[in-house]
Amino acid sequence: MTTTTEALTRADFQTDNDVRWCPGCGDYAILAQVQRVFPTLGIPRENFVVISGIGCSGRFPYYMNTYGFHTIHGRAPAFATGLKINRPELSVWMITGDGDSLSIGGNHLIHVLRRNVDLKILMFNNQIYGLTKGQYSPTSEVGKRTKSTPMGSLDHPFKPLSVVLGAEATFVARTIDREPKHMAEMLRRANDHKGTAFIEIYQNCNIFNDGAFGHLTDRKGKKETQLTLQHGEPLLFGKNQEKGIVFRNFAPEVVDVEEVGLDAIHVHDEQAPLAYHQTLAQFTAPELPTPIGVLRAVERPAYDEMLNAQIEAAVDRRGRGDLTKLFNSGDTWVVGER
Amino acid sequence: MTQIVGETLDPPAAQQGAGEERESVVIRFAGDSGDGMQLTGSLFTHTAALVGNDLATLPDFPAEIRAPAGTLAGVSGFQLQFGSTKIFTPGDAPDVLVAMNPAALKRNTDALERGATIVVNVDAFTERALSRVGYDVNPLEDDSLSAFQVLEVKLSSMTIDAVEHVGLGRSDAERCKNFFALGLVYWMYGRPLKHTLDWIAGKFAKTPEYVEANQAALKAGYHYGETAEIFAHTYRVPAAQIEPGLYRKVTGNEATVMGFVTASQLSGLNLFLGSYPITPASDILHGLSNYKEYGVRTFQAEDEIAAVSAAIGAAFGGSLGLTTTRGPGVSLKGEAIGLATMIELPLIIANIQRAGPSTGMPTKTEQADLLQAVYGRHGESPTPVVAPASPTECFHMAIEAARLAITYMTPVMFLSDGYIANGAEPWLVPDPEDLEPIEVEFHTEVEGFHPYMRDPETLARPWVRPGTPGLEHRIGGLEKEALSGDVSYDPHNHEHMIKTRAEKIARMANSIPDAEVFGEEEGELLLIGWGGTFGALRAATMQAQRRGMKVSHMHLRYLNPLPRNVGPTLKRFTHVVVAELNNGQLRRLMRDEFLVDIQGLNKIQGLPFKVSEIMARIDELLA
Ligand code: SF4
Repeated sequence: MTTTTEALTRADFQTDNDVRWCPGCGDYAILAQVQRVFPTLGIPRENFVVISGIGCSGRFPYYMNTYGFHTIHGRAPAFATGLKINRPELSVWMITGDGDSLSIGGNHLIHVLRRNVDLKILMFNNQIYGLTKGQYSPTSEVGKRTKSTPMGSLDHPFKPLSVVLGAEATFVARTIDREPKHMAEMLRRANDHKGTAFIEIYQNCNIFNDGAFGHLTDRKGKKETQLTLQHGEPLLFGKNQEKGIVFRNFAPEVVDVEEVGLDAIHVHDEQAPLAYHQTLAQFTAPELPTPIGVLRAVERPAYDEMLNAQIEAAVDRRGRGDLTKLFNSGDTWVVGER
Repeated sequence: MTQIVGETLDPPAAQQGAGEERESVVIRFAGDSGDGMQLTGSLFTHTAALVGNDLATLPDFPAEIRAPAGTLAGVSGFQLQFGSTKIFTPGDAPDVLVAMNPAALKRNTDALERGATIVVNVDAFTERALSRVGYDVNPLEDDSLSAFQVLEVKLSSMTIDAVEHVGLGRSDAERCKNFFALGLVYWMYGRPLKHTLDWIAGKFAKTPEYVEANQAALKAGYHYGETAEIFAHTYRVPAAQIEPGLYRKVTGNEATVMGFVTASQLSGLNLFLGSYPITPASDILHGLSNYKEYGVRTFQAEDEIAAVSAAIGAAFGGSLGLTTTRGPGVSLKGEAIGLATMIELPLIIANIQRAGPSTGMPTKTEQADLLQAVYGRHGESPTPVVAPASPTECFHMAIEAARLAITYMTPVMFLSDGYIANGAEPWLVPDPEDLEPIEVEFHTEVEGFHPYMRDPETLARPWVRPGTPGLEHRIGGLEKEALSGDVSYDPHNHEHMIKTRAEKIARMANSIPDAEVFGEEEGELLLIGWGGTFGALRAATMQAQRRGMKVSHMHLRYLNPLPRNVGPTLKRFTHVVVAELNNGQLRRLMRDEFLVDIQGLNKIQGLPFKVSEIMARIDELLA
């Protein structure tokens, strides 16, 4: 029985279920990092709950030796909200995919974010439907040829970070399955955030959309395509950090650092006005480097906390309710013996 | 809390002995949405309760929030029946109709029977108002109302005169006319003014001129009745034999709210409501939002699906999860209810039915979601269904729904309807000591634990709260291996689990009471009903029995599974008729289950049964 947190190791978070993702799937790397980070968070194992929707990502809870709940397609945010409101002491992690959270579950995603329920959301974006065997997803690029779009898909894709920033999410980050250290840091940052923390994880589906993020993970090219964000640090990238981002009339521009001087390069601010984070969310390689890291981290009271504070306030004001009080409230009258 | 002791069981002195005695009277107040008819009806009800009558009420609101004044669509009505005997329904046809304008008269004339009294506000019968609702000729001037006793009262102008001394503007003064009308009806039935005068004083305490004006209008109406001598008769309705105790007037939705709060207290579980606004269920959301000090957490979700999903999330966390809606909302929740069936967690889905399908008739009642409740999901997902029979019974059945959900670890459907949700009656407030606690046991023992091990009697699986050390496990919508709960696609295991889940619901019949048979246990005709048709069926059965007919009434509160005595009872009657406000849904279920030739009495007009409609069928079968 585990009641202390000290002794926890990665093995404590592994189950004896066979992991059934396709060999080589990016999900394995994510699972491994989550299992490595959880024991370091100082939370008793029994207080972790992992909640998922449907899709390849939906299987995640079965492989985590915590409390887990594999719910229905797209609705995991609502299940997680109901749980967190009632059990604020639990550490609730939600696993979802691009189809689960942006197609069928788009509504729930924006609402959980605007409410700022204290949940950690890991969205595995592989830009394809894996479990249903290869249809295009709401994040697939235009013109994608799949079983359901033999002449190419027509719909303009969502940029997930732009959508969640539109809902004024308080914590927005991005990482990549192939960047385990970076991922671990993002998981820790999410854990420390009070409110909904949203992490988009680029995840390679090697069966139906292999190499979708190759340009971001390729050893040689990635320095040109990734923009690693650090709060208070200038926006630099390139093989030798020789390129930088400046804003002219709100428009981002890639500049040569030597030419403009380091001081001219825009400094990343996680608490800047939303418009800045929205602009960053639009950056897509190769035109502009794809940002990796925490785009936005701001404070706003968490919904579950406020809701429970109202319960306490009502108890303070009117005293704890019991049946005698309940039955004697309202307009009552007595009918006497006749 | 304003506790008023019913100080008088006697009519005022002026009326003592005067007036013809009546066992029960039906009154309908009707006017424009802005005329305050709901309030007028409620105040009459309050006084009737305090003088010791039994009663039942039914509001009839327009569907539009602000229909144009003076139109048929904007008519708002409130009907009540009060009496000296047990009152089962708000009444078939009004003995008295108070019509504040031509629209109210036109909308309600068809509901009247020969000899009824109509009080009209003659001031409102202008040419414009008449033509607005399609009266070519003023009905007060031709003989179209000759079957009724019509009392033309200058309600508006007399009210303005009566409150003139207060100095309100003309239109404010005119707005007191509902109190004038109420005063007049109080006089007709020898009711005391005190309770309403007190109510006005409390309600408008901050604006003394309204207190004075409304009280003056009420008294003026009463005195007008006394002095004008336009009434041929006044009536007296003695107090009923009512069980002594503390009473409170409740609508079905109010009783439902109280029932779920009580279930939470009896089980020691926090109540969580996930809901999305929808008529006629929204009042439960409003009501429960006011019980925060009882630990009730309410969550207005982004949609119906999120509402039920959040309730399941709450149940997973160890709270009492509830979601409230009507039929189309249940359709949206279907997938999540299937999941709750699979993961075997307690959940209550309260469906306050109204006329459908689709948007249907928003303020009209119907009982057409029964088959949806019993069958309306994907896969084999048996769901228990309970249905209160009256406004006050919503309290008890809400507790029952919770008890069954918790004891059997299953979603349970609570089926109410617009008729009982909005109808009101006096509720004998229970003594908390008399209520049975609901036993809840959260499993904490690590030794020998399996997520899908079962109680040998109920077949319920253990309820484990996340946060319990050593019992970490996963649940979800994939088929479970019996015992371990691990994902399993084994063919025989699937069949075994389907049958086990069905058997669990079937065994519920062990812990629900037999259905009461009102009347003889055998005879010529058994009337069967469920839900809000109770009052009309019971009243008709009593009439038939008084006439010596061998009619019994069985009203079902548990619809899935059915009580054990239902099958054998059917076979002891020559005729069995299921009366319901749908196209024969319970009838279909029962024929399927018992292979008995059951007949139907069905009405699908958005309206409750009239006692006379049921009597007509009884006569047809037995005469
Ligand atoms: S289909 Fe793609 S995403 Fe799904 S498990 Fe296989 S590789 Fe991973």
